[in-house]
Amino acid sequence: MAENRPCRRDLLNRINTASFAVDDVKLFLDTHPCDTEALEYFHEFQQMRKSALKEYSRYYGPLTIDTVDVDECDRWNWINEPWPWQEGGC
Amino acid sequence: MWNYEKRLQYPVKITQTNPKIAQVIISQFGGPDGELAASMRYLSQRYTMPYKEVTGILTDIGTEELAHMEMVCTIVHQLTRDLTPEELKASGFDKYYVDHTLALWPQAAGGAPWTATYFQSKGDPITDLHEDLAADGTTA
Repeated sequence: MAENRPCRRDLLNRINTASFAVDDVKLFLDTHPCDTEALEYFHEFQQMRKSALKEYSRYYGPLTIDTVDVDECDRWNWINEPWPWQEGGC
Repeated sequence: MWNYEKRLQYPVKITQTNPKIAQVIISQFGGPDGELAASMRYLSQRYTMPYKEVTGILTDIGTEELAHMEMVCTIVHQLTRDLTPEELKASGFDKYYVDHTLALWPQAAGGAPWTATYFQSKGDPITDLHEDLAADGTTA
């Protein structure tokens, strides 16, 4: 598994990029709920965000509570990886 | 309710400490137009907002301001890591350090503590939205 691990920085960059797009279009959709172009954009980046968060959790630990996978591990790994303000954090 | 994501909205990786700059940047955490005031402003005003579009955007922006607050706090934290007594005195950070050490505490650059008087919440949509423009129109 270790050899085929996706690059952590690339994966995190994908999460940050997709999440920023989701955050921004979400605000637009709050006041333009029927804009089909914006809805499509939201859907595309929401899918990208979901899959990247899932993949990140698998190799580098969970960033969200919904991507914590207790089947793979017999201990609580939410607190193991550094926090965002610490060295090596996200 | 809220869920936490264990990442910053945009990564912060500061390698060089600078307590002088940290003393200015802390205002964006606990100052009158800082992220804490912004978040509390939007999240307080939303309950009496009569339009669902605006209630939605107050909720989502109020949430995003918390993410901004976390980035600002990370910047201050990384700018003030492992300071020596000499660095503390030379930078003027000793006045903050005596009360808070290197912990994060919401205050303005001039030292005034964060207060709820930094924002208004009046229950009138036009009044509250004007307050939002005044507070957040020039800073984000």
